[in-house]
Parts: sequence; C-alpha cells; structure tokens
Amino acid sequence: MKATHALPLARSAQRKTSAGDAAAMRWFIFLGRHRETTLVAVLLALIVATSLASPHFLNIQNARDVLLNVAIIAMLTAGMTVVMLMRHIDLSISSTVGLTAYSIGALFVAHPQMPIAVAVLAGVAMGAVAGSINGALVTFGRVPSLVATLSTLYIFRGIDYAWVHGGQINATSLPAAFQMIASGSVLGVPYLVVLALVVLAVTGYYLKHFRGGREFYAIGSNPEAANLAGIQVDRRVFKGFVISGALAGLAGVLWLARFGTVDASTAKGIELQVVAAAVVGSVAITGGIGNVWGATLGALLLGVINLSLVVLKVSPFWQLAIQGALIVLAIATDTLLARAIARWTMKKRDHGDD
Amino acid sequence: MSPSPLNLAPGTTPRLELRNARKNFGAVRALENGTLTLWPGEVHALLGENGAGKSTLVKILAGVHQPDGGELRVDGQPRQFARPSDAIDAGIAVIYQEPTLFPELSIAENIYMGRQPLDRFGRIRAETMQHAVQEMLASLGVNLQATQSVRGLSIADQQVVEIAKALSLNANVLIMDEPTAALSRPEVERLFAIAERLRAANVAILFITHRLEEVFRLAQRITIMRDGAAVHFAETHEMTHDSIVSRMVGRDLASYYPKAEVEPGEIALAVRRLTRRGVFKDISFTVRRGEIVALAGLVGAGRSEVARAIFGVDPVDSGDVQIKGKSLLLGDPAAAVRAGLALVPEDRRQQGLALDMSIAHNAALTVLKRLVHWGLISNQSERNLAQDWGRKLKLKAHSMDVPASTLSGGNQQKVVLGKWLATHPDVLIIDEPTRGIDVGAKAEVYQTLTELVKNGMAVLMISSELPEVLGMADRILVMNEGRLTADIPRAQADEARIMAAALGQSDPHSRSAA
Amino acid sequence: MSTATHKPHLGWEVMLVAVLAAALVLGRSLSADFLTTSNIANLLADFTEIALMALPMTLIIIAADIDLSVASIMGMSSSLMGVLWHMGLPMPAVIVLCLVAGTLAGVFNGVVIVTFALPSLAVTIGTLALFRGVSYLLLGDQAIADFPTALTTFGISNVGDTFIPQPFVIVIVAAIGFTVLLQATAFGRSLYAIGSNQTAARFSGINVSRARLILYVVSGLMSALAGIIYTLRFSSARGDNGEGFELSVVAAVLFGGVSIFGGKGSLPGVLLSLVIIAVLKNALTLSDVSSEVLTIVTGVLLLSSVLVPNLVNRWRDARQQKALAAHA
Repeated sequence: MKATHALPLARSAQRKTSAGDAAAMRWFIFLGRHRETTLVAVLLALIVATSLASPHFLNIQNARDVLLNVAIIAMLTAGMTVVMLMRHIDLSISSTVGLTAYSIGALFVAHPQMPIAVAVLAGVAMGAVAGSINGALVTFGRVPSLVATLSTLYIFRGIDYAWVHGGQINATSLPAAFQMIASGSVLGVPYLVVLALVVLAVTGYYLKHFRGGREFYAIGSNPEAANLAGIQVDRRVFKGFVISGALAGLAGVLWLARFGTVDASTAKGIELQVVAAAVVGSVAITGGIGNVWGATLGALLLGVINLSLVVLKVSPFWQLAIQGALIVLAIATDTLLARAIARWTMKKRDHGDD
Repeated sequence: MSPSPLNLAPGTTPRLELRNARKNFGAVRALENGTLTLWPGEVHALLGENGAGKSTLVKILAGVHQPDGGELRVDGQPRQFARPSDAIDAGIAVIYQEPTLFPELSIAENIYMGRQPLDRFGRIRAETMQHAVQEMLASLGVNLQATQSVRGLSIADQQVVEIAKALSLNANVLIMDEPTAALSRPEVERLFAIAERLRAANVAILFITHRLEEVFRLAQRITIMRDGAAVHFAETHEMTHDSIVSRMVGRDLASYYPKAEVEPGEIALAVRRLTRRGVFKDISFTVRRGEIVALAGLVGAGRSEVARAIFGVDPVDSGDVQIKGKSLLLGDPAAAVRAGLALVPEDRRQQGLALDMSIAHNAALTVLKRLVHWGLISNQSERNLAQDWGRKLKLKAHSMDVPASTLSGGNQQKVVLGKWLATHPDVLIIDEPTRGIDVGAKAEVYQTLTELVKNGMAVLMISSELPEVLGMADRILVMNEGRLTADIPRAQADEARIMAAALGQSDPHSRSAA
Repeated sequence: MSTATHKPHLGWEVMLVAVLAAALVLGRSLSADFLTTSNIANLLADFTEIALMALPMTLIIIAADIDLSVASIMGMSSSLMGVLWHMGLPMPAVIVLCLVAGTLAGVFNGVVIVTFALPSLAVTIGTLALFRGVSYLLLGDQAIADFPTALTTFGISNVGDTFIPQPFVIVIVAAIGFTVLLQATAFGRSLYAIGSNQTAARFSGINVSRARLILYVVSGLMSALAGIIYTLRFSSARGDNGEGFELSVVAAVLFGGVSIFGGKGSLPGVLLSLVIIAVLKNALTLSDVSSEVLTIVTGVLLLSSVLVPNLVNRWRDARQQKALAAHA
C-alpha cells in the first residue's frame, strides 16, 4: 500500500478519535501499571462466577486443596521469577524436584529417625547444588541458559531413573511427623502453605528491598549497563540459579510430604506450569520486569481455574488448553500494552498534549 | 569566552596518568599507544577521528577493557582495573555516548544501582535515595521525577540521568564520551555549566567531542589521537582549528578529498514532503546524477531516519519518493532495491553486515536472486562477485570465506559498500561513510565515491563530520529537529553556516529552506 | 559473546563423524544383535518422527527462532486422525485434514510471533500447552487403534528386502529437500542472514517477516506429518502421542552444531546428530538400559555441543593472552 493514499484517511481518523484515544490510553496505562490488580480482579471474578454456577465450590476442603497445590508451584514460580528477571530460564526445576523428593524419601527409609529439619535442609542443599551446576554452566561455561537447563533437565531426570530403577517410596516409609507438614494445620491453614507463604514473602521482600535483589532486575534490563554500573554480573547470575535450585529442592521435600508416594517420574513436566504461572503473572521472559506477588497470583489463578473445571464438571482435558491460551494471551497483553504505552508517552513528549 | 587557565600548585600529582597503554582485539590493534595525563581542575579534550582509539582508551580507564600493556596511575598510585567496579571505586565516572541505562527501572534506581544507600539491616533506603536523586535533578534544572521509569525518556533526558549518576559518584575524574552529540543548544549549555562547576571543585574532566568550537571554549589542554596512538599534546591556546584538524587527519586536507568536478545530470532521486510523525516533517529535496549531496545536522536530527524511510525499512506517514521519475513503493526495501536504490547504513555492525557470515555470503545477500541458476545458488558466481568487488574496492582479506567479523572497520565498510554496488544502483545513500575506519581506508572510500559520481551515480551522503561534508559534497542539506533548515551550494558553504542551520537558526540565503 | 558461542563449522561435523564411528563400535561391542538388518530397521524407524520435526526446527533455529510446540502439533494431528477416522471419513481425506490442521497450527504460531513481534520461546511454550490441550480435548484418554491394516503395515514394513523401513523413505526425501533448501537456495541463505543479524537482513532487502512466517507454517505441516506416521507405526492414535519430543528435537538440532543464537549450523550436521542419537539409544537399549536413563546421554550430548567449543575457545584465548603478555 502506498503511504500517500493511506494518509488522509489515517489523519481524519486520528482527529476524530483523539479524545476517545486519550481515555482508552488512560485505561491501557492503568492496566499496564496495575497488572496485579487486574489479576486479582480476574481471580475474584472467576471465584464468584464458579460459586454462582456451583454452590459447592466455596468450601474449606476446596480452598485447602487449591492452597496445597498452588503453594508448591508458587514456590517454584518465585525461583523462576528470579531467573527470568535476569533474562534467563531454568527448565531443570522439575527434575530437581523429582530427584530431591526421591532422595529425601530414600534418606527417611534409611534413617527413619532423621529430624524433619534435617530433611528439609538436606533437600534445600541438594537443590542448591543442582542450581549451582546450572549457574556454573551458564556463567563459567557460557552455555545459554535454555540449553544448559534443558540438558540438566535430561541429566537429573536420567540419574533419577537410573537410581530408582522402577522403585518407589511410599507414605508408609515416611514418619508421620513429616507428613504433618502437609496434613497438619495452624488456624486451618496447612503448615505447608504457611511455610510457602514465608518463603514467598522473604523472596519477594529480598527482590524489592535489597541490593542483590535489584541487581537481578538490572541484569535482565540491560546486561551491559549492569556491568558498567559495577555489578559483578556472573556472580549474581550464579546466585540466581542457586536460589532457583534451592527453592526447587525445598519444593521437592514438600512434594514428598504432600503426596507421600514418589517415583522416578515425580513432578515430570511441571516446569511448563511454572513458566506459565510466571508469564501469566506478568514476569517478562525478556527480563527486568515482574515480581513474586504477580507470579504467585499467576500460579493461584491457574490453580483456581483447574479446580473450577473440576467443580463445574468440565472435562479436565480443558486444563491444558486453557493454560496454553492464557500464556499466549498474557504475553500478548503485556508486550502490546507496554508498547502502546511507550509509543504514547513518546508522542506526548514530542508533541506536548495535542 | 575562553577557558580559565590551568594553575597547578607545585607538588600537585596528576589525578590520572596513562602511559603507553596497548590493546588488541584478536588481530585488530585498537590501541597502540594510549598516553594521557589529567590534572585536578582541568578540562582536557581528547580529539581524534572515529577509529583513532579514543573509545578503547576510555573503556580502559573505565575498567571495561583490560589493557595488554602499559601503566595506569590514579593520584600517583599504580592501579589495575579488572572490572568497571574497580574504576568506580577509584573515583572515575564515565558518561558514554550511548546512554547505558535500565529502561525498566526508575531514575533513582538507575543512578544508584549497585551502591544504593542501605539501612542497618541491609535494606535499601528507597526514600533517602529518591530524595537525593530528586535534589540532584532539581540542581540540574530538569523537570523529572526520581520515581519515574527511564523508558520513554528523550535522549537528552537520558543523558541527564547519566550526568546525575556521574555526579552522585562524587568522582575525581569525569570522562564524557561525546556527551553533546545528541543535545540541543540549551542542553549543551546546561552540561557546560555543570562541567565548569565540577572543574572549579578540582575534578579532572576528560572531554571527547567532534565539535572543535566546544574545545576552544571549555578545554585547557588537548590530546590528539590518530591510528591508535596519542600523537600530539598541547595547551589549547597554542592550537588553531586548522592545526588540530591537520594533526587529526595526519596530512594536508586538500589532497585528502579527491573532489572531481562533475556536470550534474538528470534528477535521480526526488523526495517530496516526506513526513513521519514525531521524527521528521515535510522533507523535500532532489539529488541529480553525478552529484554528491550531503545531509548534515546533529545526531538525532532525523537524518538517518529519513534515509531509512526512503529505503523502506522504516515506515512513513506521508509524502513520496521518486527514483528516475518513477514513484517508489514505500515501506518495502526489496522494491527500493529493484528501483535502483542502495543504502549503506550508519551502523555497519548492526545494520550492514551479518558478522558471522563469510565475506562472500555477505556480499551476495543483496543479489541472491541474480546468483541463482535452476533455483540453486552458484557458489562460484558468488565467490567471483565478492572477489570482483573486493578487487575494485581494494579489500584486504585472506580469503572471501572468512567471517566478516575478522575484518577491520575499513574493510568491513568496503564489504558493505561492495554488497550494495553489486546491485548496480542509480542512487546510493551512504550514512556516515567513514565512521570508525582508519585514515587510509577513508581516502579509499572517498576515492570510490568520486569515481561513482563520475560514472553518473547520484549519491546522498549523511555525515556528522564537517570536514568530510565540506570536502566531498556538491550541495549540503542541513536538518534540525526533523526539518530541513538549509540547502547550501558547495561554493557558499562553510562550517559556521552549516552549524548555524544544524542548531536550528534559519538560513537566510538558502535556496529551498522551509 | 560471539567468540564465546563460536562453533567450528566444518570441525564440528568431522567431530560428529568420529562420534558416530565410536557409537557404532560401542554398539557392536555391546550386542551381537546390533548390526542385524532387523535391528538397523528398528533403529532407523525409531527416529522417523524426531527427524521429520528436526528438519524444519533446524531452519527455525538457524533463523534465531524456536518452535517448542512441534510435539504438541504432532499429538494433535494424531488425535485428530483418530477422531476423523472414527467419524467415518475416508483415509485420504483424514490425512489431508490432519496436514491442514498442522499447517493451521503453524500459521497460528507464525502470526502471533511474527505479526505481533512476540518472543517465540514464550509463545511456543504457550502453544505447546494449547495444542496438547486440544489434542486431549479431541481424544481424552482414549486410544483409537482400528486403522486400516494396509496403512499400519506401511508403518512397520521395510522397502522390499532391504533394511530400510518404508516411513524412512519419507525422511530421506524430506531430508534431501530441506538440505537443498537450506544450503543451496536463496531462501536458505536468507535464513542464515536473518539468524546472524535480523536488522542487517532487513536492510539487505530480505523479507524477514515472510521468511519467518513460512518457517512456522512448514514446521506445523511437518509436525502433522510426523503425527500421522507415528500413529500408523504404532497403529494407535492417542492424545499424549509424542509428549516431550520437542526437547529431543531441539537437542538433536543443537548437538548437530546449530547455534541457539542462530546464523550457524548445517543440515548435514543435524542429520549426523540424529543418526548418532538413534545409534546410541539403540545400542544402550540392546544392553538393557532403560529409555529413561538414556536421557542422560541426550543431555550430555546437548550440553557438550555448546560447552566443549566454549571451553576450548576460553583456553585458547587465555593462552593467546599469556603469549602476548610474555611477548611484551
């Protein structure tokens, strides 16, 4: 199309809609700046709609189930947020979860008297080791994180299979006190959920209020500028992967406590759920944007959708399709909104408010 | 106004001393002899053509590059910078030509990244930080909020953030790498006032610029670099404009520009009322066969954007372009190539070359369809093509199969030029033809341009280097903030007149200025 | 960055040939059955689908994009095949409709990624879930197995008396086609330019958007083809067919010497890599190593394809640096 022909039309359209434009733009900017608020609204709308359709939806048991399911995913999403903020990705978390869950289970089988704190710490330490392998590959080895963590996804899972050899750990081999992490509760909230909330709060707080946390944002926003600002980028990236790994290790322990039964295929494929939750929660895959609060809301939204489908007796096969559609929608919304706002502010800057 | 003289108390040690610094990148020697002394309370101009090694020297002082040899002293103490944070700790702040900011983060965070004020629990004292930044912004006289994000700021405002960052470091040495390139007059004045204030506070300032009048106004002393080495050092008052230029270029100017008298032919490129909202407006001009028309102006005036829009890689809102009298379909580079248009872009590494690909493959990119027989690319004709143009342009390379990344800047430019000349264009738009290439290669590029117009090509040359514009162009168009402000014939052109138009003063004698 | 990710172009392929030879020797020593015709037929048949998806994936990664949704498109086409066949449509129509569906899925990917300029990694993680979801919606947890014997026999029999499985002929034809397309046509050359420097490609008059869009569409089509062949080979249409294959496909392409940053690599390298992975898997399976444990091999191969050249470069740079310092 020739620009000269398009012009008069475009101009008159511009003039007519400029007032409406500004109003629409204000909405866009609101949505863009308050993605978390939007997510909360969507979440509430979904809960209200589902409970109207099915009065059984709102009950303690359902709430408990959602919280238990989401707690583990949300913790992993917090770790993924740290990594994605740096413009990296960690696909290996599912294998780390599986491997730690089985390892800690095996530890309990060998030492039934092992204190629970030791089990938890051992899980976190294992995860941190896995994370430091990823971190070393990405920083020292200069392997792109997608390739590095895809490889370790395979390798960790393969080690798991080689070791487990078709066996499994059952709830009966686990101390009752350990299983209380998931089944016991304080004021009706399961311990597991309380623990997850603490972890999420600490991670979120660290990202917002500490130098190290802000450096993750800086690195993802502009790696070169981060280096020029005196940030030791490699060291920080390494730490980011260790955090992600450690959280995956903790999630592995909690997985064991929640489900009791683990085998070599435990948690296979959840890396995609986690990336989905982060993306739906407005963590940008291009780095520098996002926070734990949003990521947690993303995880919660996906969890509630899944439960709603069950309650509404919709085929569970809808789950995956909806999740996929949401990911695409979230990326498109975030990117296009950000672009529209940038264009608008630039126009405003260059021309005043005309 | 002339700079205040440099008075040093006896026994003063230099803030910074660099001796015989060397740096190679693979086979390319970027810095041969970096030598520089900065005294407290001086503004020191570092001059040289693009590619003379100034940026490498700056990056060594900033801790970005580690020199292969040489000696660095700060306040008399020998130092080695392993990373940028070492330079920052040593009190050296750098303002780069391109702002190095975090678009997603707030202005306050940009300024204090990596050294935010902390409370006793190690938490960032966000309010303290924001207050400090707000005060700094106020003292710089800009209306910006410390909490607003950097995305969407104009280049000038981004530069202000960079300056505030440097100020907040309380640096003893401030390095400014072409800070004024994209600034308007008042913004330049603001920057100079700040520089003067810092100088009075005994900060040593290293100032890199292409605008010599700024040097005479601000700097006490001058170091001139050429081909990777510091070749001349002097007090500013000992130098004249011409003596600086001839030392930068290293030879007599007249022989440097092989300008030939060519009788202009018919109109080859006609641009009419080309407009892209917010970028440029109502751009109209023509270029005839046998003519080199220069498009001058400050960085950010919209010159490259006009070139890109004509070629179709950027969109336009209105206006039209004719090549040899035929209207061009805008927004489609392939159509532009078919119509006989070629664009040698300003950023060779980002826009001109696929650096990982071989010379032959790069050279063939524009003419792939012509090299195809029965649907398959003929490797032989591809290599022949590259060798052909390589010979014509005196390309220095081991073979046509080595990656373009292994070539020096000048030879890379020849590959880009060759890839476009292979399309046999009628109109060549060449954006910053000699940026970042050595003196020898420059002369060869000028020679090539001269021969092209002799053979009837129409050339539109965008250039920020006034000597080049004055030396090569038959006619000089000047842009300011997206508009054409002057159209000056060669005979009437001088530096003052071009600069005036570039700064937005309307040119009374122009033929077609809007 | 560019030196850190540099991959020796020809050197890598030579290395792959050596690895292949080693893998063959290993296979022979692990099991006497390794070089029997029936085993070779198995070995070749087993990588039919991965190969069919790796061909377009090579082009996509060379153009500095990625498509993680291939295995889901494959599963979707398998499910659709079952559903349509159960609806009583004639087989040719079923096959055509499956290919059309895969192509449309590719169009969807391409339009979202190219037209809206969104990051391909994130988008195809989304469509990975989306298309797999559609696949489950079509078939649920059912399996459809009653396909016509003529076709399922095609899936498992060899060409004449040779050891070449019939579906493998499709792979050979496709491999030749894609190799010529990538290595010898203007389109293929433009993909390298796009992957190496998209801006420079656009400035050279190459229609970048169109090329990228074509790649996603072709990838969708080939994935659907893989789904059809897989269904016939195992004579079973299921929603979870090919789940997780996308990672094997990407691993094979990268191990073949293609840079994840685009612009580098070749199809012969990827074909070698496919054969190596198939041989190793086969050899280890013969010696009773489970297929899950084999993922370690895939992981190590993938990792070493990037890590080894990087470490070699790093070591060489350090030595050069030292030599320079000694010289001064």
